[in-house]
Amino acid sequence: MARYLLTRSLMLCLSLLAASLVVFLAIEVVPGDPASYMLGMNAAPDTVAALRDQLGLDEPLAWRYLHWVFGMMRGDFGVSYTYKVPVAGLIADRLALSLPLAGLALALSAALALPLGLIAAARRGKAADAAVMGVAQIGIALPNFWFAMLLVLLFALRWQMLPAGGFPGWSDPVAALRSLILPAVALALPQAAILARVLRSALIETMDQDYIRTARAKGLSRSQALTRHALRNALIPVLTILGMQCAFLIAGAIIIENVFYLPGLGRLIFQAITQRDLIVVESGVMLLVVTVILVSFVTDLAYALVDPRLRRRG
Amino acid sequence: MRPTLLPGLILTAVALGAALLSFVWTPWDPGALAVTQKLQPPSAAHWFGTDHLGRDILSMLMTGARTSLSVALVAVGIGAGIGVPLGLAAAARRGGVVDGVIARLNDLIFAFPALVTAILFTASLGPSAMNAVLAIGIFNIPVFARVARAGALSLWTLDYIRAARVAGKGATRISAEHVLPNIASLLIVQATIQFSLGILAEAGLSYVGLGAQPPTPSWGRMLADAQTFVTLAPHVALFPGFAIVLTVLGLNLLGDGLRDALDPRLKGRLA
Repeated sequence: MARYLLTRSLMLCLSLLAASLVVFLAIEVVPGDPASYMLGMNAAPDTVAALRDQLGLDEPLAWRYLHWVFGMMRGDFGVSYTYKVPVAGLIADRLALSLPLAGLALALSAALALPLGLIAAARRGKAADAAVMGVAQIGIALPNFWFAMLLVLLFALRWQMLPAGGFPGWSDPVAALRSLILPAVALALPQAAILARVLRSALIETMDQDYIRTARAKGLSRSQALTRHALRNALIPVLTILGMQCAFLIAGAIIIENVFYLPGLGRLIFQAITQRDLIVVESGVMLLVVTVILVSFVTDLAYALVDPRLRRRG
Repeated sequence: MRPTLLPGLILTAVALGAALLSFVWTPWDPGALAVTQKLQPPSAAHWFGTDHLGRDILSMLMTGARTSLSVALVAVGIGAGIGVPLGLAAAARRGGVVDGVIARLNDLIFAFPALVTAILFTASLGPSAMNAVLAIGIFNIPVFARVARAGALSLWTLDYIRAARVAGKGATRISAEHVLPNIASLLIVQATIQFSLGILAEAGLSYVGLGAQPPTPSWGRMLADAQTFVTLAPHVALFPGFAIVLTVLGLNLLGDGLRDALDPRLKGRLA
């Protein structure tokens, strides 16, 4: 297990390094001169020079890269050009919304998918299976932002049960949670559909294994064999998808925030793009990418916990 | 034949047909503004009604289909064109340096969801429809590379590939002449899936303004425009959404049907 952890951690560091290089190159090298890009074509030369100085653009590229990376490690993400405040604080404020939203959606997706996948696998080929899989087929085809608009139309505007958008802040937790319900449902449902399908086929695959036949032969009922033996072994593909869904949920949350006018990380990044505030975009994107990489690292470790065979392989 | 193949084919054909037809004919000019006719509900003249600028929604959907389908199609082309050769090369030298490098590259790309790549492109190069194509296409590369590698690996142990090696064929020739044709069905199924995912991704990107730019019609942007008027006239949000759902559903059904038709062993086992 120790060797497994070590190689995985080494690969994690390499991935983070490579990803930070990609982000740095895209934001600071591709646009040519970031300072004149941020200020637009009509900027006065001395304004550009001042920004160049503030951003340290006259330093060598390698130095700037290292400065940026080590700054981020210390929690220093630079100062936003439009807001004139440290980016770290800006992002932290927005994460207070985006993280709970993604977490809520992930929990909801798993909570929906688990029973649905189990039912479909247990009733394979029967009406319940067909119904679940039919709904899942439509769920997968739903663009989450459109589904979100429909939810707003029905639950917020027509029936006035939940707020249509905006976020009151965590000082009133009940109101805050209420405003996250519709966004989380919109994010979770399409993901739950995918997850339920994967769980069903993984369960069906394991139900054909010999050890399930043994379990049945010793007197377990079909559903007992399913929940006691098959479920645990079907978890690996489910974990893979769950890990990948974290990436999609993070990306999806950015889009969903636009439907509900939620002041999360996504809105921050989009406003920064419009205002050409590259400093905010750079750190915001880096944060997203780091999250995706960390999640897949944790997923890898989770495999090893679920499947002891993987631990030994290193 | 599995029952999903036919409805899948029909839905896909409708979307494709609408896109092609829009080159020669649409009921109205999709760009023609008629503010006096704005937000009309569906009628005999405007089957799907009009939007907030009085444009005919059906005509816009037909021209929008061009954007959605072509973006997704080119993105599949990029993904398969680069990913499949990479996957074949990795399988031919299993466990070697090339295999390792390609695996790490794949991991790196997987860390950049299409939306994040599109944000990077748009932030540094300005908004353009190309950003969406490239962002989705790049994310498709590791998908195809992994499918091609996994499919090819199982073939490399087979006797007829060994025979080809003994006959003196190089790894490149074997990959092209023996491996590729045998994993073609796998790749076609994956292409259908990535095609449908590409349509969803394109809609999302143009919804947030990172995809097709005005005046190019696109389903995602129609929904972004509709958001403000959804209370006044729900149909402006309904029809573009239906277009996306039905097209994606059609492609997914087609993919499922194709998989069963091409690989009878999997019949009914995979959802």
